[in-house]
Amino acid sequence: MAAPRPARGIFTRLVRMRSALAALAVLILIALACLVGPGLTGHDADRAYPDLRQLPAGLAAQPDAAHLGPALERLAFRMRVRLEAVVRDGDTLRLTLGSDAGVDRRSLVYLPRSGLFGTPAITEERDGGRSLVVTVPIRSLHFLLGTDVQGRDLLTRCLTAGRVSLAIGLAASLVALLVGVAYGATAGFLGGVIDAAMMRFVDVLYALPFVFFVILLLVFFRPSLTLMLVAIAAVEWLDMARVVRAQTLSLRERDFVRAAQALGVGAPGIITRHIVPNTLGPVAVTATLLVPQVILLESFLSFLGLGVQEPQTSWGVLVADGARSIEAAPHMLAAPALFLIATLVALNLFGDGLADALDPQAG
Amino acid sequence: MIRFIVRRIAQSIPTLLAVITVSFFLMRLAPGGPFDLERPLAPAAMENLRRVYGLDRPLIVQFGSYLASLAHGDLGPSFSFRDMRVLDLIARGLPVSATLGGLALLLAAGLGVGLGVAAALQRGGAIDRLLGIGAALTVSLPSFVVAPLLQIAFGLSLRWLPLSGWGDGAPSHLVLPVVTLALPQVGALARLTRASLGEVLRTQPVRTMRSLGLPPMRVTRHALRGALLPVVAYLGPLAASLLTGSVVVETIFGLPGIGRYFVEGALNRDYTLVMGTVLLVAGLVIALNLLADLACAWLDPRLRVAT
Repeated sequence: MAAPRPARGIFTRLVRMRSALAALAVLILIALACLVGPGLTGHDADRAYPDLRQLPAGLAAQPDAAHLGPALERLAFRMRVRLEAVVRDGDTLRLTLGSDAGVDRRSLVYLPRSGLFGTPAITEERDGGRSLVVTVPIRSLHFLLGTDVQGRDLLTRCLTAGRVSLAIGLAASLVALLVGVAYGATAGFLGGVIDAAMMRFVDVLYALPFVFFVILLLVFFRPSLTLMLVAIAAVEWLDMARVVRAQTLSLRERDFVRAAQALGVGAPGIITRHIVPNTLGPVAVTATLLVPQVILLESFLSFLGLGVQEPQTSWGVLVADGARSIEAAPHMLAAPALFLIATLVALNLFGDGLADALDPQAG
Repeated sequence: MIRFIVRRIAQSIPTLLAVITVSFFLMRLAPGGPFDLERPLAPAAMENLRRVYGLDRPLIVQFGSYLASLAHGDLGPSFSFRDMRVLDLIARGLPVSATLGGLALLLAAGLGVGLGVAAALQRGGAIDRLLGIGAALTVSLPSFVVAPLLQIAFGLSLRWLPLSGWGDGAPSHLVLPVVTLALPQVGALARLTRASLGEVLRTQPVRTMRSLGLPPMRVTRHALRGALLPVVAYLGPLAASLLTGSVVVETIFGLPGIGRYFVEGALNRDYTLVMGTVLLVAGLVIALNLLADLACAWLDPRLRVAT
């Protein structure tokens, strides 16, 4: 086998770096969308349109002709009136409502409350109030990714869910990062018996079936965000501790550390000023690859019903909802799954690219 | 070598004890009990039940008697499955989980290592470039997304394979769960193999072998021996997690494996069943890690001296 030509090596690395940059762009896009998006979709995450359940994804304005009839039937039933005539004129409806006991005007409030119509105006009253002609504007709603079982806008829900998923991913990773770096650097720098004991403890923790413990914790105590954060961070700091310790072991013998020691700098000073800054490269890579793991674990727990609880939502919760109604409405699985997978792929690609960029030998 | 094994087994005893202690007291501290039904039992009946199962004694006494029966190899009676011992339940669930996990491990290791080697030998080749994106993709595909998609595609639309269920281990029932379990690991293993073999191929001994004119296949074989070390070390914990069953895969496909028993046990406050499954998983993790270490020592003579 011929050794790879340098040009090709550079080309490959360029491609990989480009994929890493694309991944970063996707990540920023998703984060921005989750941050500001829910305010721009025109729907509240909790706003349910009972007449527009499980709409497929699409650009068409709602309610369309197919949904208007059933929606009016349902509203008429609620208002205890008969629908005597329905005439559609562009964006307005002319409804003739009838009731033997007289149409109660207060019941007109049901029309705007459904979310599908604007404020109704009475144009004509017949038979001494037993019949009422009402014009009401039809609202034009857009559900780009469709709606869920309760008729909530899926795009808005995916974006607000993303806030929770990303926040948990970042927060738990940050905790794991801090604990892991502090632990690993201390063990590696102090060395000897302390190092052996500290790393033996990590080995013991590795052998524990942690996912089972997390599930136990969340089943037995009421699932809460804090508990889940703590549980996830408790699982995920081990890799970081190992990486940092390995780095520290080699850094400890370097001249600048020796020099600092000779100058009388104490162990905490050396660890924070000289060791930790020099481990940042591998730490950054490990941390980038940690975030998708945390998000995956969070959505796994939420999928099992042990993680984020209603009314809050996360991608795992939405995927679980989607998986339950996959036959009737496959878009309910597809939409949150795409958000989740895109985020995870982007994070993994970015982490890989970062690792390659920091290690010119591999690539 | 034997001394090494004995020492490792002795070292694992504190770990197992920690697992037992933590899970035992964690469960007892939690609110709720195994006999909390939707319609509360009469206090007298509850009292009787608690006495029969020994739950009325002080916690520490219960813990002692659990340890004592454990020493006899008895995991106790199940609280939620009437008239069943935990051992019987595990004997029922383990073959299911082990079959799935074993097949998934074979599939993942075969495909993953194969692809990784191909990518490392042809740096920048088609497989290598495909792996860059493909590995990140398979690693990022959550099993709870893959499983319903596979069910829709092969179970509902094409009707090639059954949707769910165990079917007494019929091969057609195994395909979808095994693929779901193996898929994320194929990418991880391929990436690991590629990185590790790529590193070994750049070392001095390999260059020397090449310059001496050894056929490429023989060089690769020699290099592979060293390159497989991190892969084998990774396979240990991976095997443990696959063999003890993925909770999600067993739930989605409705398979009566260990993971299902664990979740049901936890939801029903079935103390002994949960303890039994956790203990089994911990034991398997330790045993398979030991196995992986032994395999590493066999692959790399330097590690034998250190042990």
